[in-house]
Amino acid sequence: MSLLAALSADADLYVAQNVFFAVIAAAMVFSAVRVVTTGNVVHAALWLVVVLAGVAAQFILLGSDFVAVTQVLVYIGAVVVLFLFGVMLTRASLGDDESVGDEKRVMAAVVGVLLFAVMATGLIHTYEDGRLVIENPQSVNVVSDAIFSQYIVAFEAVSVLLLAALIGAIVVARKD
Amino acid sequence: MLLNQFLLLSAVLFCIGVYGVLARKNGVLVLMSIELILNAVNINLVAFGALTADVGGEVFALFTIAVAAAEVGIGLAIVLLIYRNRRSIDLSEIDLMKG
Amino acid sequence: MSFLFGFAEPSSVPTSSTVAHSANWFLEYAWLVPLLPALSFVGILFFGKRMRYRGAELGIAAVSLSFLLAVCAGFAWIQHRDNFVLPDAASGAPATPGESYVAVQNSTQWLQSGGVEFGAGVLVDGLSVMMLLVVTIVSLLVHVYSTDYVGDDKRYTHFFAFLSLFTAAMLFFVLSDNILQMIVGWELVGVCSFVLIGHWWEEKPNSDAALKAFLTNRVGDVGLIIGTITLFFAAGGGHTFDTIKINEAIVQGEVGHTALVVASLCLMAAVMSKSGQFILHTWLPDAMAGPTPVSALIHAATMVVAGVFMIARLYPVFFEGMQIGGSSINLMATIGAVTLVFGGLLAFVQDDIKKVLAYSTVSQLGYMVMALGVGAWTAAVFHLFTHAFFKANLFLGSGSVAHAVHSFDMKKDMGGMRKFMPKTYITFIIGSLALAGLFPLAGFWSKDEILVGTGGWGLFGGTGGNGAYTFHLLMGVFGAALTAAYMTRCVYLTFHGEFRGGHAHGGHAHGGHAHGGHEHGGHAHGGHAHGDPHESGPRILVPLYILSGLAVVAGFANLPAGFQLVGDSWTERFGHYVEPYKSSYFPAIDHATPSWSLAVVASVVALAGAGAAIYYYFVKVDRLADQTQQSLTELPDGLSKSNALAGAGHRVLVNKYYLDHLYEGVIVAFTKGPLARAAYWVNQKVIDRTVDKAGETAVLVGRHVYDVVDQSVIDGFVDGSGRVSDATGEELRQINSGKVQNYAAILFAMAAVLAGTFLIIFAL
Repeated sequence: MSLLAALSADADLYVAQNVFFAVIAAAMVFSAVRVVTTGNVVHAALWLVVVLAGVAAQFILLGSDFVAVTQVLVYIGAVVVLFLFGVMLTRASLGDDESVGDEKRVMAAVVGVLLFAVMATGLIHTYEDGRLVIENPQSVNVVSDAIFSQYIVAFEAVSVLLLAALIGAIVVARKD
Repeated sequence: MLLNQFLLLSAVLFCIGVYGVLARKNGVLVLMSIELILNAVNINLVAFGALTADVGGEVFALFTIAVAAAEVGIGLAIVLLIYRNRRSIDLSEIDLMKG
Repeated sequence: MSFLFGFAEPSSVPTSSTVAHSANWFLEYAWLVPLLPALSFVGILFFGKRMRYRGAELGIAAVSLSFLLAVCAGFAWIQHRDNFVLPDAASGAPATPGESYVAVQNSTQWLQSGGVEFGAGVLVDGLSVMMLLVVTIVSLLVHVYSTDYVGDDKRYTHFFAFLSLFTAAMLFFVLSDNILQMIVGWELVGVCSFVLIGHWWEEKPNSDAALKAFLTNRVGDVGLIIGTITLFFAAGGGHTFDTIKINEAIVQGEVGHTALVVASLCLMAAVMSKSGQFILHTWLPDAMAGPTPVSALIHAATMVVAGVFMIARLYPVFFEGMQIGGSSINLMATIGAVTLVFGGLLAFVQDDIKKVLAYSTVSQLGYMVMALGVGAWTAAVFHLFTHAFFKANLFLGSGSVAHAVHSFDMKKDMGGMRKFMPKTYITFIIGSLALAGLFPLAGFWSKDEILVGTGGWGLFGGTGGNGAYTFHLLMGVFGAALTAAYMTRCVYLTFHGEFRGGHAHGGHAHGGHAHGGHEHGGHAHGGHAHGDPHESGPRILVPLYILSGLAVVAGFANLPAGFQLVGDSWTERFGHYVEPYKSSYFPAIDHATPSWSLAVVASVVALAGAGAAIYYYFVKVDRLADQTQQSLTELPDGLSKSNALAGAGHRVLVNKYYLDHLYEGVIVAFTKGPLARAAYWVNQKVIDRTVDKAGETAVLVGRHVYDVVDQSVIDGFVDGSGRVSDATGEELRQINSGKVQNYAAILFAMAAVLAGTFLIIFAL
């Protein structure tokens, strides 16, 4: 991030950041579309990696390097691996996914476009001149202070949730 | 940078995710699409956090990541169970709730 | 000892007028009492199997230490109560030592989030010290008893670990200084009871009973949580869980009445499930599926009294919320009164000795709740105190008998046990008399106080109190007669007559009784090889001796004021030390005046109840049993009639028979027969079935909707309009496709449409 901050000597223009953003965003959208359209499950998982990495890059642009690092570690490191295991264990056809009916695709596409239209209209209307000024990234100790003081109960709840998910996954998936 | 560029990116990702959830037949692919949706939400959280210079956005993005991890674990366990019982993870075949 | 019971120098300024933050060592470190059994739980769990006595020694040692600490805390509390003066007398606290009731509170911040502090701490006052004593002594005796009773069990170590945790949970609960902590203790107690009731989970009825106990309690827990939240927001400007602060705010009238009504009703639901009050009591008799020591612990000291304790602890909430003062009826008192009569009636028709005792507990808990409902706080807590001893005594006694005959069925497998187990018999008799409220045993004093506390006694000047609860007084007196009668029946069936078990029934005794047969898995069938049942060993008998001794003397702890046989300094000791009267966190209740006439009348009624049952069982049934040379359990109509006819020459006998018939018809048959059966029927058919019925009704309604609305109307509509627009019908049917993704598509689309609508209306 410090590199990016140095690149933008002029804090108001953020030329470098905007270029980065455009490139990454285009890559993300393309990959995301591939995730939901490719017939091959393993390819879909690999495209998903690109999207997740792109999200991490966006976090860095937004000055949240800790979240970006966590994103890489948890998502790309663990979740995608978990997906690949899921693919392996269910012996889902590694080749082409069976053809999805056209009407279903059309229905899904209509819903998706409808949602996007509503959201885009609302966002453009509401945050027309919202500008982000990223002076310097949030340091980890600020984040951790917040987690362990202000949001401690939420943190505890999440930890209990993880425990419950752990036990639940074992109970659901074990053979008996 | 504009706030909207992040928000719109997030909206695009969200809608692609919704499309995936609705259109895919394979259970694992549906779970991947859900991950897209969750990531879109995370971008929103962090972007708003940056706008208001509040650390809360980041904190809740982290919580979302933790919850997403739990969700994938449970979701894949369910998919495995379905696979074991039906030898298939084709969601269009699962219609036990048919009225 | 003076250094032990002396006072530490007050170091902090109290924030409340009747709370001290420093006191005697034993009061300040009262948290050690629950900590020891909790540690022992962990220890037994990890190392129990490798110990010499399989973990039992660790549990007993921890609970013994806790008991000693509790005794010391008791003495320290007496000292504290009589001598402590708050350091800031200037702020209006009475300067006379012992005048005010000063609780000791020590808390620390557990965590803080969003401006809300979650404390953790101990609140030591007379009530909690009393509970510490009761819980530790009963638990200690149960531990000792269990070493023999479940000695052959394959999960012996596990059993002791959870006994320890159960004890720790209850101690933790009674020491809580805030309601959040109380919920933690409350749930811990529930979990432990679940584990222990289901100790022999291999058999379906046992695991079902455990589940039933747990799930019934969950119903009440919803109320508990809502009540807690209400109090949190309502009390004293809100946002505190601290028990004393909430109570003080209510006493000073800072809390709105509506909030209190909501909170008290919700908490009452929790009490009803935990303390087995009418409607939600059904789990309690089923909980007998657990091992007998567990039943004793659940019924005497831990689980079920938690609800009563909670009312006592948060008394201002209930006192104001239920509008107890100056009334003649309220929900809490009525629930208690109904429960006490209902439980007493049900106890009549049980054949399982533990179920008799279970319903008896339901009935006695009804007394406690009724007493709290009429404002007789001390009487309720005192009854909790005495009941713990004699009910533990009775349960352990029944376990001792069952240990010998390997069954709990009084009619099939018991009878005449006094010949085989004279020692158990004596302790059981003492427990029964105490329960029945015979002068001067423990039950007499506490039950009498409850009756007095109703304030419904109008004869010879009345008794005062918080209102005139005449109906509840009548129910209480009737309950006393019932108690005496069903205990007589229980004693007769178990200990008198001829022995009906063992050889007479052969292997039959085991087959039918799930827990009876299982209880002694290892040597159950070998048990018959050595002939008649025999007296239990010392590890079973000694706890029985101690408990029956306590059942005799516990009542003297609170002799009524004006009891002329002793000096004034001996009366109402319990009330003086336990009741937080004149403290800032206790409502201004009125105390009833003891009444000799009521005591006499209540005793006479109880004796009449016992007399009726004695006459029926010990005279009629016994004589018939002698004549027919077989052991009888009830007086069969046909038999007595033919027998009476057989003795046609004895005119007197026949005449007596008519009298008897009238007598039986009116009193015994009425209570034992239709009324009790009706109550039992209501219990089994109505309440148990209500839940089932609710489910069935839902299914029926669903089916109706499906048949009529879905199949006829919608389908008909679809079919009818099919010719007009076939495609529309198909679309409608597709909505109900059962495919998740279609539902999700509708969901998302509708959300988008809704959001779009809002956007157009409000933003664009």
